[in-house]
Amino acid sequence: MTTQTSGQALEAVPIPPKDLSRSLFNFLVWGVLAAALAWSWAPAEMERFVYLFTDAGNMAEYASGFLKPNFRDLDYYISEMILTVQIAIWGTALAVVAAIPFGILSSNNMMPWYIYQPVRRLMDAFRAINEIVFAVLFVVAVGLGPFAGVMALFIHTTGIFAKLFSEAVEAIDPYPVEGIRATGATKLQEIIFGVIPQVLPLWISYALYRFESNVRSATVLGLVGAGGIGQVMFESIRGFYYAESATILIVVVVTVTLIDLISQQLRKLVI
Amino acid sequence: MVAITIDGLSKRFGRMRALTDISLEIQSGEMVALIGASGSGKSTLIRHMAGLECGGGTSGSIAIHGEEMQKDGKLSRNARVLRREIGVVFQQFNLVTRLPVLTNVLIGFLGQISQLRGTFGLFSAEEKQAAMRALARVGIADTARQRASTLSGGQKQRAAIARALVQGARLMLADEPIASLDPASSKRVLEILSGLNKEDGLTVVVALHQVEYARRYCPRAIALKDGQIVYDGPSSALDNTFLKELYGEASEELILPDAPVNDTPVKRPAVAIRSGAPALVTA
Repeated sequence: MTTQTSGQALEAVPIPPKDLSRSLFNFLVWGVLAAALAWSWAPAEMERFVYLFTDAGNMAEYASGFLKPNFRDLDYYISEMILTVQIAIWGTALAVVAAIPFGILSSNNMMPWYIYQPVRRLMDAFRAINEIVFAVLFVVAVGLGPFAGVMALFIHTTGIFAKLFSEAVEAIDPYPVEGIRATGATKLQEIIFGVIPQVLPLWISYALYRFESNVRSATVLGLVGAGGIGQVMFESIRGFYYAESATILIVVVVTVTLIDLISQQLRKLVI
Repeated sequence: MVAITIDGLSKRFGRMRALTDISLEIQSGEMVALIGASGSGKSTLIRHMAGLECGGGTSGSIAIHGEEMQKDGKLSRNARVLRREIGVVFQQFNLVTRLPVLTNVLIGFLGQISQLRGTFGLFSAEEKQAAMRALARVGIADTARQRASTLSGGQKQRAAIARALVQGARLMLADEPIASLDPASSKRVLEILSGLNKEDGLTVVVALHQVEYARRYCPRAIALKDGQIVYDGPSSALDNTFLKELYGEASEELILPDAPVNDTPVKRPAVAIRSGAPALVTA
Protein backbone atom coordinates (compact mmCIF):
# COMPACT_ATOMS: atom_id res chain seq x y z
CA MET A 1 0.00 0.00 0.00
CA THR A 2 2.87 2.40 -0.54
CA THR A 3 2.49 4.94 -3.25
CA GLN A 4 4.71 7.73 -4.43
CA THR A 5 2.73 10.37 -2.64
CA SER A 6 2.28 8.63 0.71
CA GLY A 7 4.52 9.33 3.64
CA GLN A 8 2.76 12.45 4.86
CA ALA A 9 -0.49 12.82 6.67
CA LEU A 10 -3.48 12.61 4.35
CA GLU A 11 -4.54 16.04 3.31
CA ALA A 12 -8.11 16.83 2.43
CA VAL A 13 -8.47 17.64 -1.25
CA PRO A 14 -11.37 20.06 -1.68
CA ILE A 15 -13.99 19.05 -4.23
CA PRO A 16 -14.34 21.79 -6.85
CA PRO A 17 -17.65 23.63 -6.39
CA LYS A 18 -20.57 22.63 -8.59
CA ASP A 19 -21.16 24.65 -11.67
CA LEU A 20 -24.34 26.55 -10.90
CA SER A 21 -25.34 27.27 -14.51
CA ARG A 22 -24.94 23.59 -15.32
CA SER A 23 -27.36 22.52 -12.53
CA LEU A 24 -29.81 25.23 -13.55
CA PHE A 25 -29.66 23.94 -17.08
CA ASN A 26 -30.40 20.41 -15.86
CA PHE A 27 -33.43 21.63 -13.90
CA LEU A 28 -34.62 23.47 -16.99
CA VAL A 29 -34.35 20.37 -19.18
CA TRP A 30 -36.32 18.27 -16.71
CA GLY A 31 -38.87 21.07 -16.30
CA VAL A 32 -39.42 21.31 -20.05
CA LEU A 33 -39.84 17.55 -20.29
CA ALA A 34 -42.39 17.52 -17.45
CA ALA A 35 -44.28 20.44 -19.02
CA ALA A 36 -44.43 18.64 -22.39
CA LEU A 37 -45.85 15.52 -20.76
CA ALA A 38 -48.47 17.53 -18.82
CA TRP A 39 -49.42 19.51 -21.92
CA SER A 40 -50.04 16.33 -23.92
CA TRP A 41 -51.91 14.44 -21.18
CA ALA A 42 -55.48 15.50 -21.94
CA PRO A 43 -55.22 15.66 -25.76
CA ALA A 44 -53.80 12.14 -25.85
CA GLU A 45 -56.69 11.01 -23.59
CA MET A 46 -54.24 9.54 -21.17
CA GLU A 47 -56.88 9.61 -18.40
CA ARG A 48 -58.45 6.62 -20.07
CA PHE A 49 -55.65 4.41 -18.84
CA VAL A 50 -57.94 3.33 -15.98
CA TYR A 51 -60.00 1.37 -18.52
CA LEU A 52 -57.02 -0.91 -18.90
CA PHE A 53 -57.90 -2.15 -15.44
CA THR A 54 -61.64 -1.62 -15.13
CA ASP A 55 -62.37 -3.18 -18.52
CA ALA A 56 -59.68 -5.84 -18.31
CA GLY A 57 -62.40 -8.44 -18.67
CA ASN A 58 -63.32 -7.30 -22.19
CA MET A 59 -59.76 -7.47 -23.29
CA ALA A 60 -59.27 -10.88 -21.80
CA GLU A 61 -62.32 -12.08 -23.66
CA TYR A 62 -61.02 -10.59 -26.91
CA ALA A 63 -57.57 -12.01 -26.34
CA SER A 64 -58.94 -15.45 -25.54
CA GLY A 65 -60.17 -15.63 -29.11
CA PHE A 66 -56.55 -15.61 -30.18
CA LEU A 67 -55.56 -18.43 -27.87
CA LYS A 68 -56.61 -21.20 -30.23
CA PRO A 69 -54.77 -20.51 -33.47
CA ASN A 70 -56.10 -22.24 -36.54
CA PHE A 71 -53.28 -23.67 -38.63
CA ARG A 72 -55.48 -24.90 -41.47
CA ASP A 73 -54.30 -22.25 -43.96
CA LEU A 74 -50.74 -22.09 -42.70
CA ASP A 75 -49.28 -22.75 -46.18
CA TYR A 76 -51.17 -19.81 -47.58
CA TYR A 77 -50.06 -17.53 -44.76
CA ILE A 78 -46.46 -18.55 -45.17
CA SER A 79 -46.54 -17.93 -48.90
CA GLU A 80 -48.07 -14.48 -48.26
CA MET A 81 -45.42 -13.84 -45.63
CA ILE A 82 -42.71 -14.73 -48.14
CA LEU A 83 -44.31 -12.30 -50.57
CA THR A 84 -44.11 -9.64 -47.87
CA VAL A 85 -40.41 -10.35 -47.38
CA GLN A 86 -39.95 -10.13 -51.15
CA ILE A 87 -41.65 -6.73 -51.17
CA ALA A 88 -39.25 -5.62 -48.43
CA ILE A 89 -36.23 -6.98 -50.34
CA TRP A 90 -37.02 -4.96 -53.45
CA GLY A 91 -38.09 -1.87 -51.56
CA THR A 92 -34.86 -1.88 -49.54
CA ALA A 93 -32.60 -2.70 -52.48
CA LEU A 94 -33.96 0.09 -54.65
CA ALA A 95 -33.66 2.48 -51.72
CA VAL A 96 -30.01 1.56 -51.16
CA VAL A 97 -29.22 2.20 -54.82
CA ALA A 98 -31.00 5.56 -54.81
CA ALA A 99 -29.59 6.60 -51.44
CA ILE A 100 -25.94 6.25 -52.49
CA PRO A 101 -26.03 9.36 -54.72
CA PHE A 102 -28.61 11.12 -52.54
CA GLY A 103 -26.60 10.38 -49.41
CA ILE A 104 -23.44 11.82 -50.90
CA LEU A 105 -25.31 14.78 -52.35
CA SER A 106 -26.66 15.62 -48.91
CA SER A 107 -23.30 15.43 -47.09
CA ASN A 108 -21.98 18.80 -46.08
CA ASN A 109 -18.35 17.76 -46.40
CA MET A 110 -18.76 16.61 -50.00
CA MET A 111 -21.06 19.21 -51.51
CA PRO A 112 -21.55 22.97 -51.30
CA TRP A 113 -24.60 24.14 -49.34
CA TYR A 114 -26.62 25.00 -52.44
CA ILE A 115 -26.62 21.33 -53.36
CA TYR A 116 -26.91 19.56 -50.03
CA GLN A 117 -29.62 21.84 -48.63
CA PRO A 118 -32.20 21.22 -51.39
CA VAL A 119 -31.36 17.51 -51.54
CA ARG A 120 -31.76 17.23 -47.79
CA ARG A 121 -35.15 18.95 -47.88
CA LEU A 122 -36.30 16.57 -50.60
CA MET A 123 -35.11 13.64 -48.48
CA ASP A 124 -36.94 15.14 -45.48
CA ALA A 125 -40.12 15.01 -47.52
CA PHE A 126 -39.49 11.38 -48.47
CA ARG A 127 -38.96 10.56 -44.83
CA ALA A 128 -41.74 12.66 -43.36
CA ILE A 129 -44.43 10.92 -45.36
CA ASN A 130 -45.26 7.51 -43.97
CA GLU A 131 -45.01 4.35 -46.06
CA ILE A 132 -48.76 3.87 -45.71
CA VAL A 133 -49.43 7.23 -47.32
CA PHE A 134 -47.09 6.44 -50.18
CA ALA A 135 -48.75 3.04 -50.50
CA VAL A 136 -52.15 4.68 -50.88
CA LEU A 137 -50.71 6.98 -53.57
CA PHE A 138 -49.07 4.13 -55.45
CA VAL A 139 -52.13 1.91 -55.21
CA VAL A 140 -53.90 4.66 -57.12
CA ALA A 141 -51.02 4.98 -59.58
CA VAL A 142 -50.00 1.37 -60.25
CA GLY A 143 -53.02 -0.52 -58.93
CA LEU A 144 -53.61 -2.84 -55.98
CA GLY A 145 -50.84 -5.30 -55.25
CA PRO A 146 -47.27 -5.83 -54.13
CA PHE A 147 -45.64 -3.37 -56.56
CA ALA A 148 -47.39 -0.47 -54.84
CA GLY A 149 -45.85 -1.75 -51.60
CA VAL A 150 -42.38 -1.94 -53.13
CA MET A 151 -42.63 1.65 -54.37
CA ALA A 152 -43.93 2.90 -51.01
CA LEU A 153 -41.04 1.27 -49.13
CA PHE A 154 -38.58 2.44 -51.76
CA ILE A 155 -39.44 6.14 -51.49
CA HIS A 156 -39.73 6.28 -47.72
CA THR A 157 -36.59 4.22 -47.12
CA THR A 158 -34.59 6.30 -49.60
CA GLY A 159 -35.28 9.31 -47.39
CA ILE A 160 -34.10 7.43 -44.32
CA PHE A 161 -31.01 5.98 -45.98
CA ALA A 162 -29.98 9.31 -47.46
CA LYS A 163 -29.91 10.79 -43.98
CA LEU A 164 -28.09 7.85 -42.38
CA PHE A 165 -25.66 7.50 -45.28
CA SER A 166 -24.82 11.19 -45.31
CA GLU A 167 -24.18 11.16 -41.58
CA ALA A 168 -21.71 8.34 -42.13
CA VAL A 169 -20.05 10.30 -44.93
CA GLU A 170 -19.80 13.39 -42.74
CA ALA A 171 -17.97 11.37 -40.09
CA ILE A 172 -15.22 10.03 -42.36
CA ASP A 173 -11.53 10.62 -41.92
CA PRO A 174 -10.74 13.34 -44.49
CA TYR A 175 -7.03 12.55 -44.78
CA PRO A 176 -7.22 9.48 -47.02
CA VAL A 177 -9.43 11.49 -49.36
CA GLU A 178 -6.78 14.17 -49.46
CA GLY A 179 -4.17 11.52 -50.17
CA ILE A 180 -6.18 10.49 -53.20
CA ARG A 181 -6.72 14.09 -54.28
CA ALA A 182 -2.95 14.58 -54.19
CA THR A 183 -2.54 11.91 -56.89
CA GLY A 184 -4.56 14.01 -59.31
CA ALA A 185 -7.77 12.02 -59.03
CA THR A 186 -11.17 13.48 -59.94
CA LYS A 187 -13.81 14.31 -57.37
CA LEU A 188 -15.81 11.20 -58.28
CA GLN A 189 -12.71 9.05 -57.91
CA GLU A 190 -12.04 10.61 -54.52
CA ILE A 191 -15.52 9.50 -53.45
CA ILE A 192 -15.23 6.00 -54.88
CA PHE A 193 -11.76 5.22 -53.54
CA GLY A 194 -11.62 7.43 -50.47
CA VAL A 195 -15.15 7.80 -49.12
CA ILE A 196 -17.05 4.64 -50.03
CA PRO A 197 -14.54 2.18 -48.54
CA GLN A 198 -14.69 4.11 -45.28
CA VAL A 199 -18.48 4.20 -44.99
CA LEU A 200 -19.32 0.85 -46.57
CA PRO A 201 -19.50 -1.24 -43.37
CA LEU A 202 -21.78 1.31 -41.75
CA TRP A 203 -23.95 1.55 -44.86
CA ILE A 204 -24.35 -2.22 -45.04
CA SER A 205 -25.23 -2.32 -41.39
CA TYR A 206 -27.88 0.40 -41.88
CA ALA A 207 -29.27 -1.40 -44.93
CA LEU A 208 -29.64 -4.69 -43.05
CA TYR A 209 -31.24 -2.98 -40.08
CA ARG A 210 -33.63 -1.13 -42.32
CA PHE A 211 -34.47 -4.33 -44.17
CA GLU A 212 -35.70 -5.76 -40.87
CA SER A 213 -37.83 -2.68 -40.28
CA ASN A 214 -39.14 -2.84 -43.82
CA VAL A 215 -40.35 -6.41 -43.33
CA ARG A 216 -42.32 -5.12 -40.35
CA SER A 217 -43.59 -2.13 -42.32
CA ALA A 218 -44.52 -4.31 -45.27
CA THR A 219 -46.85 -6.35 -43.07
CA VAL A 220 -48.85 -3.18 -42.47
CA LEU A 221 -48.86 -2.06 -46.10
CA GLY A 222 -51.47 -4.75 -46.85
CA LEU A 223 -53.90 -2.55 -44.93
CA VAL A 224 -54.26 -0.32 -47.99
CA GLY A 225 -54.19 -3.14 -50.49
CA ALA A 226 -50.48 -3.19 -51.21
CA GLY A 227 -50.30 -6.97 -51.03
CA GLY A 228 -48.62 -9.50 -48.78
CA ILE A 229 -49.53 -10.92 -45.41
CA GLY A 230 -50.91 -7.60 -44.19
CA GLN A 231 -53.82 -7.76 -46.57
CA VAL A 232 -54.73 -11.24 -45.31
CA MET A 233 -54.24 -10.19 -41.70
CA PHE A 234 -56.52 -7.19 -41.85
CA GLU A 235 -59.19 -9.14 -43.67
CA SER A 236 -59.24 -11.78 -40.97
CA ILE A 237 -59.11 -9.28 -38.08
CA ARG A 238 -61.94 -7.27 -39.56
CA GLY A 239 -63.92 -10.47 -40.10
CA PHE A 240 -63.42 -11.47 -36.45
CA TYR A 241 -61.55 -14.64 -37.48
CA TYR A 242 -59.52 -14.66 -34.29
CA ALA A 243 -58.07 -18.14 -34.71
CA GLU A 244 -56.79 -17.32 -38.19
CA SER A 245 -55.50 -13.91 -37.07
CA ALA A 246 -53.59 -15.59 -34.28
CA THR A 247 -51.87 -17.91 -36.77
CA ILE A 248 -50.95 -14.97 -38.99
CA LEU A 249 -49.50 -13.08 -36.04
CA ILE A 250 -47.41 -16.12 -35.12
CA VAL A 251 -46.11 -16.32 -38.71
CA VAL A 252 -45.22 -12.61 -38.65
CA VAL A 253 -43.45 -12.79 -35.28
CA VAL A 254 -41.47 -15.88 -36.25
CA THR A 255 -40.43 -14.36 -39.58
CA VAL A 256 -39.38 -11.03 -38.07
CA THR A 257 -37.42 -12.84 -35.36
CA LEU A 258 -35.66 -15.00 -37.95
CA ILE A 259 -34.74 -12.01 -40.08
CA ASP A 260 -33.55 -10.16 -37.01
CA LEU A 261 -31.29 -13.06 -36.05
CA ILE A 262 -29.90 -13.48 -39.55
CA SER A 263 -29.25 -9.80 -40.15
CA GLN A 264 -27.56 -9.48 -36.75
CA GLN A 265 -25.11 -12.17 -37.78
CA LEU A 266 -24.55 -10.53 -41.17
CA ARG A 267 -23.95 -7.16 -39.57
CA LYS A 268 -21.34 -8.69 -37.28
CA LEU A 269 -19.55 -9.93 -40.37
CA VAL A 270 -19.26 -6.56 -42.08
CA ILE A 271 -18.27 -4.40 -39.11
CA MET B 1 15.46 23.28 -64.44
CA VAL B 2 13.48 24.86 -61.68
CA ALA B 3 11.18 22.44 -59.86
CA ILE B 4 9.41 24.83 -57.52
CA THR B 5 9.18 28.58 -57.60
CA ILE B 6 7.37 30.37 -54.82
CA ASP B 7 7.02 34.09 -54.97
CA GLY B 8 5.70 36.21 -52.14
CA LEU B 9 3.33 33.61 -50.71
CA SER B 10 1.34 34.53 -47.60
CA LYS B 11 -1.38 32.68 -45.77
CA ARG B 12 -3.55 33.44 -42.77
CA PHE B 13 -5.76 31.11 -40.79
CA GLY B 14 -8.18 33.51 -39.18
CA ARG B 15 -5.99 36.04 -37.44
CA MET B 16 -2.96 33.79 -37.33
CA ARG B 17 -0.31 34.43 -39.92
CA ALA B 18 0.72 30.97 -41.04
CA LEU B 19 3.04 32.06 -43.85
CA THR B 20 4.46 35.50 -44.47
CA ASP B 21 5.94 36.52 -47.77
CA ILE B 22 7.64 33.22 -48.62
CA SER B 23 9.83 33.27 -51.70
CA LEU B 24 12.07 30.43 -52.70
CA GLU B 25 13.31 28.40 -55.59
CA ILE B 26 14.12 24.71 -55.63
CA GLN B 27 16.05 23.23 -58.54
CA SER B 28 15.25 19.88 -60.11
CA GLY B 29 17.12 17.04 -58.45
CA GLU B 30 17.59 18.77 -55.12
CA MET B 31 16.81 17.18 -51.79
CA VAL B 32 15.64 19.92 -49.47
CA ALA B 33 14.61 19.78 -45.84
CA LEU B 34 12.05 22.17 -44.42
CA ILE B 35 12.97 22.64 -40.80
CA GLY B 36 10.98 24.25 -38.05
CA ALA B 37 9.25 23.73 -34.74
CA SER B 38 5.58 22.76 -34.66
CA GLY B 39 3.45 25.61 -35.89
CA SER B 40 6.26 27.16 -37.87
CA GLY B 41 4.43 26.67 -41.16
CA LYS B 42 6.28 23.76 -42.77
CA SER B 43 3.17 21.64 -43.31
CA THR B 44 1.24 24.64 -44.57
CA LEU B 45 3.98 25.40 -47.06
CA ILE B 46 4.08 21.78 -48.30
CA ARG B 47 0.30 21.74 -48.66
CA HIS B 48 0.47 24.90 -50.73
CA MET B 49 3.08 23.37 -53.01
CA ALA B 50 0.91 20.29 -53.45
CA GLY B 51 -2.05 22.46 -54.37
CA LEU B 52 -4.09 21.23 -51.42
CA GLU B 53 -4.27 24.65 -49.84
CA CYS B 54 -4.58 28.08 -51.37
CA GLY B 55 -2.68 31.15 -50.33
CA GLY B 56 -4.73 33.94 -48.83
CA GLY B 57 -4.83 37.54 -49.80
CA THR B 58 -3.75 39.31 -52.88
CA SER B 59 -0.23 38.21 -53.54
CA GLY B 60 1.89 35.17 -53.96
CA SER B 61 2.26 32.51 -56.55
CA ILE B 62 3.57 28.98 -56.82
CA ALA B 63 4.81 27.39 -60.01
CA ILE B 64 5.71 23.73 -60.39
CA HIS B 65 8.16 22.95 -63.20
CA GLY B 66 7.44 26.37 -64.57
CA GLU B 67 3.66 25.92 -64.64
CA GLU B 68 1.42 27.94 -62.40
CA MET B 69 -0.13 25.96 -59.52
CA GLN B 70 -1.74 28.89 -57.77
CA LYS B 71 -1.66 32.63 -57.94
CA ASP B 72 -3.16 35.33 -55.75
CA GLY B 73 -5.01 32.82 -53.60
CA LYS B 74 -6.61 31.01 -56.52
CA LEU B 75 -5.83 27.48 -57.57
CA SER B 76 -4.92 27.20 -61.23
CA ARG B 77 -7.32 25.36 -63.52
CA ASN B 78 -4.41 23.12 -64.22
CA ALA B 79 -4.07 22.10 -60.58
CA ARG B 80 -5.42 18.58 -60.99
CA VAL B 81 -3.04 17.92 -63.87
CA LEU B 82 -0.14 19.38 -61.92
CA ARG B 83 -0.98 17.36 -58.82
CA ARG B 84 -0.35 14.11 -60.61
CA GLU B 85 3.21 15.23 -61.27
CA ILE B 86 3.69 15.69 -57.54
CA GLY B 87 3.93 12.74 -55.20
CA VAL B 88 2.82 13.69 -51.72
CA VAL B 89 3.62 11.74 -48.59
CA PHE B 90 1.79 12.72 -45.42
CA GLN B 91 2.48 12.47 -41.73
CA GLN B 92 -0.65 10.38 -41.22
CA PHE B 93 0.05 8.32 -44.39
CA ASN B 94 -3.42 9.11 -45.77
CA LEU B 95 -3.99 5.58 -46.99
CA VAL B 96 -7.49 4.19 -47.30
CA THR B 97 -7.06 1.67 -44.53
CA ARG B 98 -9.93 -0.61 -45.51
CA LEU B 99 -8.56 -1.17 -48.99
CA PRO B 100 -5.78 -3.61 -49.80
CA VAL B 101 -2.27 -2.20 -50.00
CA LEU B 102 -2.14 -2.94 -53.73
CA THR B 103 -5.31 -0.93 -54.40
CA ASN B 104 -3.92 1.93 -52.34
CA VAL B 105 -0.84 1.95 -54.54
CA LEU B 106 -2.90 1.66 -57.73
CA ILE B 107 -4.74 4.82 -56.66
CA GLY B 108 -1.52 6.55 -57.68
CA PHE B 109 -2.48 5.83 -61.31
CA LEU B 110 -5.83 7.64 -61.10
CA GLY B 111 -4.42 10.89 -62.39
CA GLN B 112 -2.80 9.25 -65.41
CA ILE B 113 -5.32 6.78 -66.82
CA SER B 114 -8.65 7.54 -68.48
CA GLN B 115 -11.20 8.88 -66.01
CA LEU B 116 -13.71 6.16 -66.81
CA ARG B 117 -11.25 3.34 -66.26
CA GLY B 118 -10.04 4.94 -63.06
CA THR B 119 -13.53 5.51 -61.74
CA PHE B 120 -14.40 1.84 -62.13
CA GLY B 121 -11.04 0.75 -60.79
CA LEU B 122 -10.14 -1.20 -63.94
CA PHE B 123 -6.37 -1.23 -63.67
CA SER B 124 -4.37 -3.03 -66.34
CA ALA B 125 -1.93 -5.85 -65.71
CA GLU B 126 1.01 -3.56 -66.47
CA GLU B 127 -0.25 -1.05 -63.94
CA LYS B 128 -0.57 -3.78 -61.33
CA GLN B 129 2.94 -4.90 -62.20
CA ALA B 130 4.23 -1.35 -61.82
CA ALA B 131 2.49 -1.09 -58.46
CA MET B 132 4.07 -4.36 -57.34
CA ARG B 133 7.48 -3.11 -58.45
CA ALA B 134 6.94 0.06 -56.43
CA LEU B 135 5.98 -2.03 -53.40
CA ALA B 136 9.06 -4.22 -53.91
CA ARG B 137 11.21 -1.14 -54.10
CA VAL B 138 10.02 0.04 -50.68
CA GLY B 139 10.33 -3.53 -49.41
CA ILE B 140 6.74 -4.49 -48.66
CA ALA B 141 5.71 -6.45 -51.75
CA ASP B 142 4.46 -9.35 -49.62
CA THR B 143 1.80 -7.15 -48.01
CA ALA B 144 0.09 -6.31 -51.31
CA ARG B 145 -3.09 -8.26 -50.57
CA GLN B 146 -3.42 -7.15 -46.95
CA ARG B 147 -5.68 -4.37 -45.87
CA ALA B 148 -3.67 -1.23 -45.28
CA SER B 149 -5.01 -1.12 -41.72
CA THR B 150 -2.99 -4.23 -40.87
CA LEU B 151 0.36 -2.57 -41.63
CA SER B 152 2.66 -1.03 -39.06
CA GLY B 153 3.28 2.71 -39.15
CA GLY B 154 6.54 2.34 -41.04
CA GLN B 155 5.00 -0.03 -43.56
CA LYS B 156 2.07 2.33 -44.07
CA GLN B 157 4.42 5.17 -44.86
CA ARG B 158 6.30 2.97 -47.30
CA ALA B 159 3.01 2.00 -48.97
CA ALA B 160 2.23 5.71 -49.23
CA ILE B 161 5.61 6.28 -50.87
CA ALA B 162 4.86 3.43 -53.30
CA ARG B 163 1.58 5.18 -54.16
CA ALA B 164 3.49 8.38 -54.87
CA LEU B 165 6.06 6.38 -56.87
CA VAL B 166 3.58 4.94 -59.35
CA GLN B 167 2.43 8.46 -60.09
CA GLY B 168 5.71 8.77 -61.94
CA ALA B 169 6.16 12.11 -60.24
CA ARG B 170 9.30 14.13 -60.77
CA LEU B 171 8.71 15.95 -57.52
CA MET B 172 8.11 14.33 -54.17
CA LEU B 173 6.76 16.34 -51.26
CA ALA B 174 6.82 14.78 -47.83
CA ASP B 175 4.97 16.45 -44.98
CA GLU B 176 6.61 15.25 -41.77
CA PRO B 177 6.75 11.70 -43.11
CA ILE B 178 8.48 10.36 -40.02
CA ALA B 179 6.80 12.31 -37.25
CA SER B 180 4.68 9.36 -36.16
CA LEU B 181 7.26 6.65 -36.76
CA ASP B 182 9.78 4.92 -34.55
CA PRO B 183 13.48 5.69 -35.19
CA ALA B 184 14.16 2.55 -37.24
CA SER B 185 11.18 3.14 -39.53
CA SER B 186 12.05 6.83 -39.75
CA LYS B 187 15.48 6.00 -40.96
CA ARG B 188 14.19 3.56 -43.52
CA VAL B 189 11.64 5.99 -44.89
CA LEU B 190 14.27 8.68 -45.26
CA GLU B 191 16.67 6.21 -46.90
CA ILE B 192 13.99 5.46 -49.46
CA LEU B 193 13.32 9.13 -50.14
CA SER B 194 17.03 9.80 -50.37
CA GLY B 195 17.40 6.85 -52.76
CA LEU B 196 14.68 8.28 -54.99
CA ASN B 197 16.57 11.53 -55.07
CA LYS B 198 20.00 10.04 -55.78
CA GLU B 199 19.08 7.14 -58.07
CA ASP B 200 16.06 8.48 -59.92
CA GLY B 201 16.88 12.15 -59.78
CA LEU B 202 13.58 13.10 -58.17
CA THR B 203 13.30 16.45 -56.51
CA VAL B 204 12.45 15.80 -52.87
CA VAL B 205 11.16 18.34 -50.37
CA VAL B 206 10.72 16.94 -46.92
CA ALA B 207 9.37 18.73 -43.88
CA LEU B 208 11.24 17.55 -40.82
CA HIS B 209 10.97 18.16 -37.17
CA GLN B 210 14.42 17.01 -36.24
CA VAL B 211 17.42 18.71 -37.64
CA GLU B 212 19.66 15.63 -37.32
CA TYR B 213 17.78 13.91 -40.10
CA ALA B 214 17.99 17.00 -42.25
CA ARG B 215 21.75 17.17 -41.78
CA ARG B 216 22.12 13.51 -42.64
CA TYR B 217 19.91 13.26 -45.69
CA CYS B 218 19.33 16.69 -47.18
CA PRO B 219 22.16 18.83 -48.51
CA ARG B 220 20.00 21.94 -48.38
CA ALA B 221 17.78 23.08 -45.56
CA ILE B 222 15.21 25.82 -45.35
CA ALA B 223 14.37 26.83 -41.82
CA LEU B 224 11.02 28.37 -40.99
CA LYS B 225 10.02 30.29 -37.92
CA ASP B 226 6.56 31.73 -37.40
CA GLY B 227 5.82 31.37 -41.08
CA GLN B 228 8.93 33.11 -42.30
CA ILE B 229 12.11 31.77 -43.83
CA VAL B 230 14.92 32.38 -41.37
CA TYR B 231 17.58 30.31 -43.05
CA ASP B 232 18.16 28.85 -46.48
CA GLY B 233 21.44 27.14 -47.15
CA PRO B 234 23.51 24.05 -46.58
CA SER B 235 22.09 21.90 -43.83
CA SER B 236 25.56 21.26 -42.45
CA ALA B 237 25.60 24.83 -41.20
CA LEU B 238 22.63 24.15 -38.96
CA ASP B 239 24.53 23.15 -35.86
CA ASN B 240 23.04 23.31 -32.42
CA THR B 241 24.43 26.74 -31.56
CA PHE B 242 23.12 28.22 -34.79
CA LEU B 243 19.71 26.66 -34.16
CA LYS B 244 19.69 28.18 -30.70
CA GLU B 245 20.41 31.51 -32.30
CA LEU B 246 17.53 31.06 -34.72
CA TYR B 247 14.93 29.59 -32.41
CA GLY B 248 16.05 30.33 -28.85
CA GLU B 249 14.64 27.88 -26.34
CA ALA B 250 12.36 26.34 -28.97
CA SER B 251 15.42 24.86 -30.65
CA GLU B 252 15.39 22.02 -28.13
CA GLU B 253 12.37 20.67 -29.91
CA LEU B 254 14.37 20.28 -33.09
CA ILE B 255 17.29 18.35 -31.67
CA LEU B 256 17.17 14.69 -30.88
CA PRO B 257 19.30 14.23 -27.78
CA ASP B 258 20.28 10.71 -28.78
CA ALA B 259 20.93 11.11 -32.47
CA PRO B 260 24.53 12.03 -33.13
CA VAL B 261 25.35 13.62 -36.45
CA ASN B 262 28.05 11.12 -37.22
CA ASP B 263 26.34 7.81 -36.91
CA THR B 264 28.62 5.12 -35.58
CA PRO B 265 27.43 1.77 -36.91
CA VAL B 266 26.08 -0.42 -34.17
CA LYS B 267 27.12 -4.06 -34.20
CA ARG B 268 23.88 -5.91 -34.26
CA PRO B 269 22.26 -8.61 -36.38
CA ALA B 270 20.26 -7.22 -39.25
CA VAL B 271 16.81 -6.14 -38.16
CA ALA B 272 14.13 -8.52 -39.29
CA ILE B 273 12.59 -6.57 -42.13
CA ARG B 274 11.09 -9.14 -44.42
CA SER B 275 11.69 -8.96 -48.14
CA GLY B 276 13.46 -5.66 -47.71
CA ALA B 277 15.22 -4.32 -50.74
CA PRO B 278 18.80 -4.85 -49.56
CA ALA B 279 20.05 -1.73 -51.28
CA LEU B 280 17.92 0.37 -48.97
CA VAL B 281 18.90 -1.28 -45.70
CA THR B 282 21.60 0.52 -43.88
CA ALA B 283 22.35 0.76 -40.17
